[in-house]
Amino acid sequence: MTTTIISGATLPGGSRTDLAIDGGVITAVGASLSTAGARVVDAHGLQALPGLVDLHTHLREPGFEQSETVLTGSRAAAFGGFTAVFAMANTQPVQDTAGVVEQVQALGEQHGYVTVRPIGAVTAGLAGERLSEIGAMAKSRAKVRVFSDDGKCVHDALLMRRALEYVTTFGGVVAQHAQEPRLTEGAQMNEGTLSGELGLAGWPAVAEESIIARDVLLAQHVGARLHICHVSTAGSVDVVRWAKARGIKVTAEVTPHHLLLTEQLVSSYDARFKVNPPLRRDEDVHALRAGLADGTIDIVATDHAPHPVESKECAWDEASFGMVGLESALSVVQAAVVDTGLLDWSDVARVLSATPARIGRLDGYDSPFSVGSPAHLTLVDPTASRTFSTTHLRGKGVNSPYLDRVLPGRVVHTIHGGVATVADGELAAADVVRDHREAIRNARG
Amino acid sequence: MKHLLSTATLDRATAIRILDVAEDMAQVATRDVKKLPTLRGKTVVNLFFEDSTRTRISFEAAAKRLSADVITFSAKGSSVSKGESLKDTAQTLAAMGADAVVIRHSSSGAPQVLAQSGWIDAGVVNAGDGTHEHPTQALLDAFTMRKRLHGLGSRGKDLDGVRVTIVGDILHSRVVRSNVWLLTTLGARVSLIAPATLLPVHVAEWPVTTGFDFDKAVDASPDVVMMLRIQSERMHAAFFPSAREYAREWGLDDERLERLPANTMVMHPGPMNRGLEISAAAADSARSTVLEQVANGVSVRMAVLYLLLAGTTEADL
Repeated sequence: MTTTIISGATLPGGSRTDLAIDGGVITAVGASLSTAGARVVDAHGLQALPGLVDLHTHLREPGFEQSETVLTGSRAAAFGGFTAVFAMANTQPVQDTAGVVEQVQALGEQHGYVTVRPIGAVTAGLAGERLSEIGAMAKSRAKVRVFSDDGKCVHDALLMRRALEYVTTFGGVVAQHAQEPRLTEGAQMNEGTLSGELGLAGWPAVAEESIIARDVLLAQHVGARLHICHVSTAGSVDVVRWAKARGIKVTAEVTPHHLLLTEQLVSSYDARFKVNPPLRRDEDVHALRAGLADGTIDIVATDHAPHPVESKECAWDEASFGMVGLESALSVVQAAVVDTGLLDWSDVARVLSATPARIGRLDGYDSPFSVGSPAHLTLVDPTASRTFSTTHLRGKGVNSPYLDRVLPGRVVHTIHGGVATVADGELAAADVVRDHREAIRNARG
Repeated sequence: MKHLLSTATLDRATAIRILDVAEDMAQVATRDVKKLPTLRGKTVVNLFFEDSTRTRISFEAAAKRLSADVITFSAKGSSVSKGESLKDTAQTLAAMGADAVVIRHSSSGAPQVLAQSGWIDAGVVNAGDGTHEHPTQALLDAFTMRKRLHGLGSRGKDLDGVRVTIVGDILHSRVVRSNVWLLTTLGARVSLIAPATLLPVHVAEWPVTTGFDFDKAVDASPDVVMMLRIQSERMHAAFFPSAREYAREWGLDDERLERLPANTMVMHPGPMNRGLEISAAAADSARSTVLEQVANGVSVRMAVLYLLLAGTTEADL
């Protein structure tokens, strides 16, 4: 195997070093490593981050391959600096049996751009009526640890209690999509002054906050772990902060778009800005940033939700909810919380890699940049600036809210388990990634 | 004027100009031959994704009086009801050479989506979109108020200081939104009366006063009382308990009608639920402007189509 030397990279803590990668792991760290016979990646001026981990991705396969596949979503992820994604369960068939989650996991392994960790449905068919085969999925080859009905809320209080208790049996966590369904019937955008003016049915903050309040109390009562998906309101941040202060085992995520965009964009009726939970007020954006900075919110997760063009080229209330986010996530985080001085790069490493891996029980991300650790990393040029466009997307979806917006930063290299999935700002070819991965596996025996 | 999507973006001068042109158009209706050659050779498409006979025939009459060719495209029984998208419909109309599209749609913002899309180059007139706006309704309401107040001397006048009370389902009404922005721009003072469930949250940030008590509003002797149609399905969604209770608290019944000053205008955008939000006596009284509103609707829509399609020259008038 050829050794790869990454020279002059700046680590999240700010120090500069060379890294040697061989056989998929980091074999040496230090200044001026020997480059004899090695492939050299010049990382001077580049920020090294541990491979990014997305706890909330929609890969759409099986069932909605016109929107995305495991392959295209993996490529979008790698292009955005990710080395692992957790694939949400709302596929067709739903990821609610061992067979489906094993299929998704296997597709991820076959393509090799990123580690694909399937999320299991909490309830059969996401119907909210009875538990899915949680134990079978946990014990399958996919070893599912995160369970979610995302897209739908587990709104039945008793079922939620049982789910929290039952997944504890398998060391899992329930990731709740907090949305009280009756309060959000027909909801189209954040409920407030603007929804009244635009004549769009409101999605009130209380519909999210009331479910989070209920669920943290349930988690406390049964002593279970709870994860809250896409927290979007200032009130939700307060509830999570209160719960953590009481020692409740709750973790929370925020999406990049809720850190940067506000409901004002809806006044164009451009359905690219239609997402669930909806874009909120400026006050909410600032509360979410503050919550991420003080640790109330643990992680950033993309909620990457690709849709075909026709699902967005229509009247607002006929359009699908969701935005693609894998390719833009790191740039948006840089714009929202790094360039504004709230987070430094070691915080970014925490909220986009170490902590999401820990919540999802994903191995190999606890001590990045140390000898013996798997070589999952990304090299970013934080000084870059680009007008974001469809040429910066690699998945099937073009429903990005950032098109024509200037965003900072650019992923230059992504390395997944020693395999260069992105080099010099472009994706490696699918067969090259597959062969390289195969070679590393064989070398290990 | 390229499009008419909302009254929120109309300034006072433009609004008054539309109303003044509508005065000229109203003259046409008094002639033996109720027709102008102004829009000969232009094609106006009435694109109605939602049924509305009244608004559709009003726009039809307006376009025909200006000699435009009128194509009516109703969703029912057409390709639209078979799932054809707004985009495909728009591109079809563009290929047919439509100069203006009058669109009624159940989705808020659909006219704006059409105007911004690049799918069609025609001028777009919003004829009612979801619970968003209905600009020509507000213009005809303002025209009717001005006409009642100033008669033949209406030209150039605004509605400074006119007190307008609007009663009913504010939350779901596109007529209210267009009226609030337009009437306020014209200087009127607008008051909204409804049960709390039928007022939008944060309505306090609108340029209006709000209240729950219709009796108090009646006793304040407003210049205009505008009653909104109440839809019976609202009571099933717990906005109010029963039609009877609604009529008792927020209906313009005979007793409240009696207490209004003789010159208070009673308006209704139609169609009315007689006996629910408005009594028969109120609807048919001399205070009622309901039929004037219908007649003025044609004049105002002529003015809008004229300003959209004929540019600013007034040579043909």
